[in-house]
Amino acid sequence: MELNEAGDPIQRRYARWLAWGTRVGLAFLVLAFLAYLFGIAPHVPIDRLPALWDLSAPQVLRETGVRPGWHWATIYRIDMLVLATIALLSSISIACVAAVLPMFAKRGDRVFVAICILQIAVLVLAASGLLSSGH
Amino acid sequence: MAEIAGTAPWWIWPAALFVACFLLGIIAVPAGVGGGVLFVPIVAGFFPFHLDFVRGAGLLVALSGALAAGPRLLEGGLASLRLALPLGLIASASSIVGALVGLALPAAAVQVALGIAILGIVAVMASVKNSEHPFVERPDALSQALGMHGIFTDGATGRSTPWHVHRTPLGIVLFVGVGMLAGLFGLGAGWANLPVLNLVMGVPLKVSAGTSSFILTFVDSSAAWIYLNQGAVLPIIAAPSIIGMMLGARIGAKVLHVVRAIVIRRLVLALLLFAGARALLKGLGIWN
Repeated sequence: MELNEAGDPIQRRYARWLAWGTRVGLAFLVLAFLAYLFGIAPHVPIDRLPALWDLSAPQVLRETGVRPGWHWATIYRIDMLVLATIALLSSISIACVAAVLPMFAKRGDRVFVAICILQIAVLVLAASGLLSSGH
Repeated sequence: MAEIAGTAPWWIWPAALFVACFLLGIIAVPAGVGGGVLFVPIVAGFFPFHLDFVRGAGLLVALSGALAAGPRLLEGGLASLRLALPLGLIASASSIVGALVGLALPAAAVQVALGIAILGIVAVMASVKNSEHPFVERPDALSQALGMHGIFTDGATGRSTPWHVHRTPLGIVLFVGVGMLAGLFGLGAGWANLPVLNLVMGVPLKVSAGTSSFILTFVDSSAAWIYLNQGAVLPIIAAPSIIGMMLGARIGAKVLHVVRAIVIRRLVLALLLFAGARALLKGLGIWN
């Protein structure tokens, strides 16, 4: 007898982690963005943005003194906090996959344990800042 | 456009972006497309932002929508984790390559390619006829090894139907391409995931639609990280886009019950046709 996907405890756990992660991530994004709009300690003053947003990403990095990679996370300013909430949203899948990995292991499903590990590795590699487009 | 951008107060464009994304969110749900495929060509064509930031925000718009819809799709059995994990792994790895290539290419070249891609998407969306319950004569060995099968219970009829998958190797190859395009153009990838799952791999239409959306949580996360670390995410562009699109999508889910989906779908195709032509002509320097 096959189990309907909706009844699979692994799928249910994944859904719970995804729901909470998304709620928390979006709430932080809204709060951080509101603080940014009110002009609380930005790295780049908001009224300077129209002179920047039609430049390419490398040009904006140069103009604002931010280096590619994780340098933005070391600048304790509100616009960088908005980026941190975006980073949080982009990381939710890592937590969700990590949450179900032990359940696949407990079932002895080695193929899906390997897939979960590889998926986490791909997302961590993307997040690492080690990969560069070279422009 | 450049004159307006030069004289308007700074808040006009983010406010206009919020309104535009709110409206796009309303029509995206009934049209059955993710936000990214509408967002990128329209915002790239009619707002003064550099294409790098538009693509970064496009990925985040698509990602946020997929994250928000994911739990309900999984709990309702409309998305299959066993189907999504292997395909998401392939597509998320290739989306990294797409993002790196896209950020290395000159903006004008990406703009031309974007125009061509959007016009191609219009052709695919207009011509493809998805199948409610595709016939799978025999599941292939790879799909069986990965346990890519299940039972779909239709909430409308209460009927349960077992489903299996075939042509998995071909599906995987196509997902490599889908991931590349998502990373390259910041489009999300729902428009391509669905026909691959449904028409190529034989997954029932509703499970295809749900799983397609869920796969975006992997594809767009990895590409979004590349854009973020390369400086291609500006909070003033990304945040109002995400918030506007998500609010609009809530209205869109209600609109879905009262409007004819075919009317909205035609509107979306017309919008994409216009935006695709605009992106192509802008990239070629004919219409700036």
